[in-house]
Amino acid sequence: MAKIVLKGNGAVALAIKMARVDVVAAYPITPSTFIPEKISEYVANGEMDAEFIPVESEHSAMSACIGASAAGLRAATATSSQGLELMHEMLFIASGMRLPIVMGVANRALSAPINIWCDHQDTISARDTGWIQFYAENNQEAFDLMLIAFRVAEDERVLLPAMVGLDAFILTHTFEPVDVPEQREVDDFLPPYRPKHAYLDPERPITQGSFVYPEYYMEFKYGQWIAMESARDVIDEVFADFASRFGRKYEKVSTFMCDDAEIVLITMGSLSGTVRHVVRELRNEGIKVGVAKITVFRPFPHKEIIRAVKNAKVVGVLEKNVSFGFGGAVYGEVLATVHGEGLDTKVLDFIVGLGGRDVRVEDVKEVVKICSDALQGKAVDKINWINVDKEAVKNA
Amino acid sequence: MPENFEELELFAPGHRGCAGCGASQIVRWILKIAGPNTICVSATGCLEVFSTPYPETAWRVPWVHAAFENAAAVASGVEAAMKKMGKDVNIIAFAGDGGTFDIGFQALSGMVERGHNVLFVNYDNEAYMNTGIQRCSSTPYGAWTTTSPPGKLTIGKEQRKKPIAAIIAAHGAPYVATATIAFLEDLKRKVKKALSIKGPKFLHILQPCTTGWRFDPSLTVTISKLAVETGVFVLWEVEDGDFDNKFRITYKPKKRKPVIEYLKLQGRFRHIINKPEIIEAIQREVDEKCAKYGF
Ligand SMILES: Cc1ncc(C[n+]2csc(CCOP(=O)(O)OP(=O)(O)O)c2C)c(N)n1
Ligand SMILES: [Mg+2]
Repeated sequence: MAKIVLKGNGAVALAIKMARVDVVAAYPITPSTFIPEKISEYVANGEMDAEFIPVESEHSAMSACIGASAAGLRAATATSSQGLELMHEMLFIASGMRLPIVMGVANRALSAPINIWCDHQDTISARDTGWIQFYAENNQEAFDLMLIAFRVAEDERVLLPAMVGLDAFILTHTFEPVDVPEQREVDDFLPPYRPKHAYLDPERPITQGSFVYPEYYMEFKYGQWIAMESARDVIDEVFADFASRFGRKYEKVSTFMCDDAEIVLITMGSLSGTVRHVVRELRNEGIKVGVAKITVFRPFPHKEIIRAVKNAKVVGVLEKNVSFGFGGAVYGEVLATVHGEGLDTKVLDFIVGLGGRDVRVEDVKEVVKICSDALQGKAVDKINWINVDKEAVKNA
Repeated sequence: MPENFEELELFAPGHRGCAGCGASQIVRWILKIAGPNTICVSATGCLEVFSTPYPETAWRVPWVHAAFENAAAVASGVEAAMKKMGKDVNIIAFAGDGGTFDIGFQALSGMVERGHNVLFVNYDNEAYMNTGIQRCSSTPYGAWTTTSPPGKLTIGKEQRKKPIAAIIAAHGAPYVATATIAFLEDLKRKVKKALSIKGPKFLHILQPCTTGWRFDPSLTVTISKLAVETGVFVLWEVEDGDFDNKFRITYKPKKRKPVIEYLKLQGRFRHIINKPEIIEAIQREVDEKCAKYGF
């Protein structure tokens, strides 16, 4: 084990190398570009025994990964924002064909207007593509979750592709010390990929990606449903195995001061640290608030969310995405989970940090203030946009 | 061409292009020739980013950007809209080499095949510059980029440049030409001619990039010129894809300079400058190409 100072992108590239990926097909896009750059360098210097395909678009990046994975090899890529959107068609095909491709995604805002900075709109919009989704809080998590993603994706009970989100610039371009295991330890954790279901071998011909009539289509989809359901336990097993080997314990939802909290704030990604910082401060002022960070968004961790919020009276979801005409996507899922369980907890939504707008300590305090008002029975809005110049929009 | 074209500036100064950026000069001169009755479409890329930092814009003609891969398709829609409204306007699409040779290729091929009345201008800086210098199918053999790094097992980019202008001409496009800003009269004439022809037109303009090619910003025009004088980049035009009867070399260097003079000014070739076998291979290829063109 060595401590190496890495950018988030460097952590993802190193994880792809240490996972001994056979084929990487990727396309540049800010802020994930460094990942294919680094991999092309590894390959150019013979440090990584892989084929690197510098494709002409992201649609082709994912398509080439599908080809390589259908041929039975371990395939990976990385992208962001518009690149993920251009892949969108192929995301469904990768999961529908049950190809355990792994992808790092630098979470970045979507056009228009074009903007290269952080939010989660890109991966949230890929929520229904049948990919497992992890979100990293820091570069260590980005590295670890990439390795974990391969193990989970390739598990025979799962066989689904997986993506790991890391926040644009906040993680992708920020250097942090990362504990990097020995190659031998990674090899023990992640054995070679030997698929029984997907290969292209003239001696054992099989047909992949066939034309399916209504008689069978739903069974394919139900199969994916079951696989994603199975991923719940597999993820817990892999988290436990990872902890026993490397000493870092992951949870689908990790909680901070939630046990006696009246207000629980829900977060994803790098924002979580800021929110915990504010919570610590507010605890000193006697406000009973806690944080639940979602690390696994697909499959959605219903049970773990309930565990985190069961004693709370108000739940505030802070999220960097919006579904126009509804609210935040995470809010919708938390609301359904909490009320589906029969709890009468109030769930409020806070849209923050779109397109790289900083989420400041004072913004989190405003969120807690609104939650406190709700706690005292005051009328508050369900959907709240934080730190937006609403007047400017009205006058435009 | 507008009478006041000398003083007409439709691409405003003060944008955020690098010192020595050839792309801004390309746009500036094309708009001078096209005049104000023009609508522009841009692909994502350096030009789009440096010319439209909200709430500012460098464009004094109507301009629209949607994404990276689709300038030709967006321009097709703009042209259809103008047709529907009965308006006669120049429609010019600008895209980098990524937005032309690679990700934009499908949309461009479609636009040309359907015959839209659009001038598509490719400013070719031979890599994805906006994202920090990655290889493209336009990147020449041997060049360093961040995704074609010279390493223990590689020399830099291993593949050759895609002959984009010939490929577009092969669609039967009414007018296709190559140009550089070092031969301004040639460029101006080609723009004028393109805009006088109905249907899809394609200009392939070599654009030395000070940041990505690694040269001093004062050398942009010098390098543009050397590209032509060495025969690395040939200035020609063709109508209707008819290379037998309607093809013309528009500038022939009197005596071709050796390619090394072009390569040695650019940091992206630094790693091959002292590798005679690679330089010779590049020279041989240029010689063969020029022999075909008869010089
Ligand atoms: C679908 C998609 N993929 C990737 C990107 C990221 N991207 C923006 S500009 C660019 C490169 C542009 O290269 P080029 O067309 O040659 O223009 P240049 O920047 O060199 O002028 C890339 C890869 C994007 N915006 N959209
Ligand atoms: Mg370019």
